[in-house]
Amino acid sequence: MGYMHMLRTWRFFLPLTIFFGLLWFLWTGLSLNPRDLPSALLNKPVPEFSLPLLHDPSKHLSAADMKGKVWLLNVWGSWCPTCQFEHPQLNALAKQSVVPIIGFNWKDKPEDAKAWLARFGNPYQVSVSDLDGRVAINFGVYGAPETFVIDKAGMIRFKHTGAITEEMLRDTLIPLIRDLDKG
Amino acid sequence: MQLTYMANSSSGAAFRAFVVRNPRHCWSFIIFCWLAATGAVFAQTPTPEMQPMSPELEVRLKKLETELRCLVCQNQTLAESPAGLAGDLRREIRMLADQNMSNEEIKEHLRVRYGDFVLYRPPVDGKTWLLWFGPFCLFIGGVIMLWLMNRRRTINAQPTAPINAEVLARADAMLKDE
Repeated sequence: MGYMHMLRTWRFFLPLTIFFGLLWFLWTGLSLNPRDLPSALLNKPVPEFSLPLLHDPSKHLSAADMKGKVWLLNVWGSWCPTCQFEHPQLNALAKQSVVPIIGFNWKDKPEDAKAWLARFGNPYQVSVSDLDGRVAINFGVYGAPETFVIDKAGMIRFKHTGAITEEMLRDTLIPLIRDLDKG
Repeated sequence: MQLTYMANSSSGAAFRAFVVRNPRHCWSFIIFCWLAATGAVFAQTPTPEMQPMSPELEVRLKKLETELRCLVCQNQTLAESPAGLAGDLRREIRMLADQNMSNEEIKEHLRVRYGDFVLYRPPVDGKTWLLWFGPFCLFIGGVIMLWLMNRRRTINAQPTAPINAEVLARADAMLKDE
């Protein structure tokens, strides 16, 4: 009798458990953002590059030039509407001067890029031009805007695809940069 | 100065006369001029300096591109995606192939930059174990359950007692009485 009772309970609870398991999987699946891919480069050294400066193409900037500093790399383009949406946050960050911001002008026309910065403000210490998008591939860039935080040793410590919001700046980015600055 | 003016006015007059005589051809003339102008613009854009592909390489790269994901459009392969980034990645693959990298090396090159997501066939590891083997486990579980249920049914089915001839005769008599 005890055995039969156990069997009946089991028969009742097993499908219920499976149902709730499935519900959980589908629910989390719906709430995930498929565009938010984890960066393969997180906690890896920043890729080597040497790119011409947007405002002075005769000069170049390389990853080695930034060694010993915590810095922020922001991928942008004048063709990118989300970058325009994000731009006030970068301008605000630049005003606080907590971190040098390097602009990574991705597949853009330099004249358009310069006009865009003149119009919306220039938070970047310098911007580099990746005209044909080859260096961007080494950074695993797949959509602007993208933001990387690189520590003093040249390791990528943070990566975000999409616009930086005010909350993200206040709650995640600035605390992280301060932490890295101490270390 | 005088000459130029005359040349202009005479060609203008000729064009006007042409338009008056053939109003329909006026449009083809304008379209021709427009095409010539834009054609000149297209001709000015620099073309990437790449050697033409050998047919074998083309076949090889086309196949490789079907195994890689376009990260912008996500549900398309690199081979079929029209996105700008997909074009860049195809060019990158071509360059890597020209450097004599094997398909596996090219995939690894992209994987370390873009993560497993770039591969249409994810690698088998702790994170993807369920993805790869989950369906088989479910199937085997289903088969085991089916077998167990079937077995229980055969056990529960009680063999009926052999029919005794006397009982059978009595039943027959009862049926006849009805």
